[in-house]
Amino acid sequence: MDSFFLYSAVILTAIIAVPAYRVLKGPTVFDRLVGTNAIATKTIVLICLIGYIFDRIGMFIDITLAYAILGFVGSLIIAKYFSSDKINVRYDD
Amino acid sequence: MTDITSILSIICIVAGIFFLLIGSIGIIRLPDFYSRTHATSKSDTLGMMLVILGLMIFEGLTINTGKLFLILLFILLANPIGAHALARAALNAGLKPLFPDNKKDKTEG
Repeated sequence: MDSFFLYSAVILTAIIAVPAYRVLKGPTVFDRLVGTNAIATKTIVLICLIGYIFDRIGMFIDITLAYAILGFVGSLIIAKYFSSDKINVRYDD
Repeated sequence: MTDITSILSIICIVAGIFFLLIGSIGIIRLPDFYSRTHATSKSDTLGMMLVILGLMIFEGLTINTGKLFLILLFILLANPIGAHALARAALNAGLKPLFPDNKKDKTEG
């Protein structure tokens, strides 16, 4: 069972690399934010799996909770920042 | 290894990772920003819920299962809200959705 968690964690790391391509290439800043949001969700799952590999599940679940909350608040704040018209990120040509 | 909880948790985790993969492919393949948020918010949330459900089944009935359920509940609520806030911000910033009549948006460069 332990090796299964290890293999799924490795596969998940490979899956995390896919949104990173969208973060690099994304033409608009919001594509990059979507990629970052996707990476954050997958990292949450990855931390849980790693917690099971290291057999210190209680500690890693607390880390995951804190990371989920901070990631969520962070993405909300960034979305609010980029939607204001005071900055010059405009796409209505 | 062969008892029912291990088999069930393996099935859930494999299904969850499959949906996370679908979410990633959707982010790359879909032509427009607004269609990409579908991939992020929906299939990622489902994939994450399945994986954490698999871990909960494997964990049995302990304090950690409660914490895992809290994570699952929080992300079930947080991920769609984040995607909605992002799409709304993009609309405020004037990003046009990809309708047939307007020209290909900047996504294709």
